[in-house]
Amino acid sequence: MEKTWNNRAWFMVLPVLVLVAFSAVIPLMTVVNYSVQDTFGNNEFFWAGSEWFQEMLTSARFWEAFWRNLAFSGIILAIEIPLGIFIALNMPKSGWGVPVCLVLMALPLLIPWNVVGTIWQVFGRIDIGLLGYGLNAFGLDYNYVNDPIDAWATVVIMDVWHWTSLVVLLCYAGLVSIPDAYYQAAKIDGASRWAVFRYIQLPKMNRVLLIAVLLRFMDSFMIYTEPFVVTGGGPGNSTTFLSIDLVKMAIGQFDLGPAAAMSIIYFLIILLLSWVFYTVMTNYDAE
Amino acid sequence: MARIDLDHIRHAYSPNATKPEDFALKEVHHTFEDGGAYALLGPSGCGKTTLLNIISGLLHPSHGKLLFNGRDVTNLSTQERNIAQVFQFPVIYDTMTVYDNLAFPLRNRGVPESEVDRKVREIIKMIDLESWAKRRARGLTADQKQKISLGRGLVRSDVNAILFDEPLTVIDPHMKWVLRSQLKQLHRQFGYTMVYVTHDQTEALTFADRVVVMYDGQIVQIGTPAELFEKPSHTFVGYFIGSPGMNVLPVTVEGTRAKLGGQIIELPGAPAADGQGQVELGIRPEYVRVGSEGIPVQIRKVEDIGRHKVVRAAIEGKEIAAILTEDEELPANPHVRFDPAGINLYANSWRVNVAETGRRA
Repeated sequence: MEKTWNNRAWFMVLPVLVLVAFSAVIPLMTVVNYSVQDTFGNNEFFWAGSEWFQEMLTSARFWEAFWRNLAFSGIILAIEIPLGIFIALNMPKSGWGVPVCLVLMALPLLIPWNVVGTIWQVFGRIDIGLLGYGLNAFGLDYNYVNDPIDAWATVVIMDVWHWTSLVVLLCYAGLVSIPDAYYQAAKIDGASRWAVFRYIQLPKMNRVLLIAVLLRFMDSFMIYTEPFVVTGGGPGNSTTFLSIDLVKMAIGQFDLGPAAAMSIIYFLIILLLSWVFYTVMTNYDAE
Repeated sequence: MARIDLDHIRHAYSPNATKPEDFALKEVHHTFEDGGAYALLGPSGCGKTTLLNIISGLLHPSHGKLLFNGRDVTNLSTQERNIAQVFQFPVIYDTMTVYDNLAFPLRNRGVPESEVDRKVREIIKMIDLESWAKRRARGLTADQKQKISLGRGLVRSDVNAILFDEPLTVIDPHMKWVLRSQLKQLHRQFGYTMVYVTHDQTEALTFADRVVVMYDGQIVQIGTPAELFEKPSHTFVGYFIGSPGMNVLPVTVEGTRAKLGGQIIELPGAPAADGQGQVELGIRPEYVRVGSEGIPVQIRKVEDIGRHKVVRAAIEGKEIAAILTEDEELPANPHVRFDPAGINLYANSWRVNVAETGRRA
């Protein structure tokens, strides 16, 4: 086919370029701009080069928050993925139970982050919270305000409560798409319950699980609101994840340069880890 | 291999079915002989898949018994019945290799690995997938996948029967033909009892020694392809088998003559008519002769389908189809004659024997 060349067609792309520029490129460039300069206020800037990046990458505070955050993501993935699969496997496939389960599962997902944080903040309080008061009434010394382990447990359980549903719904969608003939064939082939899971259900859930892991990883690695509302990053720095640390630095201390450098490093880490996850899992899949 | 007896089997999907129309399977009492190749033929929703699933044990019949070689297996699980089934859509375990797919049913049954290897190699050769043994099964074409499903049944040396549930639906037309002849060959070579469900008459007639035609939850005729064609025992069989299907015309019978409107048709003999119910005359288009004498017809249209022409006409206000060979021409003033060899008579849709006692054929 003969192609018509008309360079004025580029104008058609203009609206989208403008939109992307204002929503992504310009804000990002502002951050890049801050990350290589220093200011003493008064809107005066000095070139700082890679100074902030070097400072960030050698700062113990940054790496502590990084490992803390990685551990958090690891823990919640290790709980939410198997738990989500387990719940999805046990959800009814037909009948009145289906809508009931789906609505119950969707509920936590509909609650805004800060509300979830507030719910658990109150729930866990030892003076008026059902959970906190109850545990202490049973003789357990639970206090998320003082004890780092209790704070971690609260934040992890809160995330599991909030987001396992997402994994469940994704897995359930994968499960119901398996034709009945597969189960019938498995019966005829004499497959055990485990074999059915291993060779039929798990392979069919593969793709949705990949999405679930990616989404949950990215989201948990960027977590801010819920732990901020519940623990504020404490006690001490024990629940200060990367985002919380970043906000402290940028807004609390107004260290715009280091905060900007940290944002960029943070962004690149998430990009890199997500890419690694994706590549590993798709390669395994295609093998 | 086994003989399969269906002993007054009925099935309803709702637990408290009483009326006949509640039953997906009205009453089936029939024997599939050991080593026979049977086709269950019928339109969608006639109960053929229900019947197949009852044989395989995926469904438990509401009434009746199922026997394999005389042993009651009605309450046995699918696994204990030891049957193989090939489904409409190919079922393969796509994370496994072709080899592992075939080994799966044996490994599940705890067969020693040396025996597994021997059987799998034998079957993989039989289904012609040797070069694919170490490949993942997911990259295969639909017909290769369907061969694997079949192979998973064949590896178990002791299967009682192999059941097919419309297995060629998703296969390309020319591969259908290839697979069907391979199945035939397997059957001849190893003598499996095979039951093949289909709604495609060509498939049924070419695959099976005996075709079981089902309609509305019951078996309406069991016979060889020739019997189904020459002597359909129910007007449905006449209509369902053949292309176009049998012409069915309402008539009244007096002695050896049938009256169609104002026209007289000579019958080959006198039916033992009980004079009850609705009487119809069935004649296949192949036996309707178009010429310049006989009963006048009005031609509606002529469909040229290559090797012959199908003439659609009206006789006494009723639709009729006739077949003309490629070189025959339509006369200017068309009439039709009915070849007595092709005339069947039906009372209340069931065939009555002409010149014999009036019982169902």
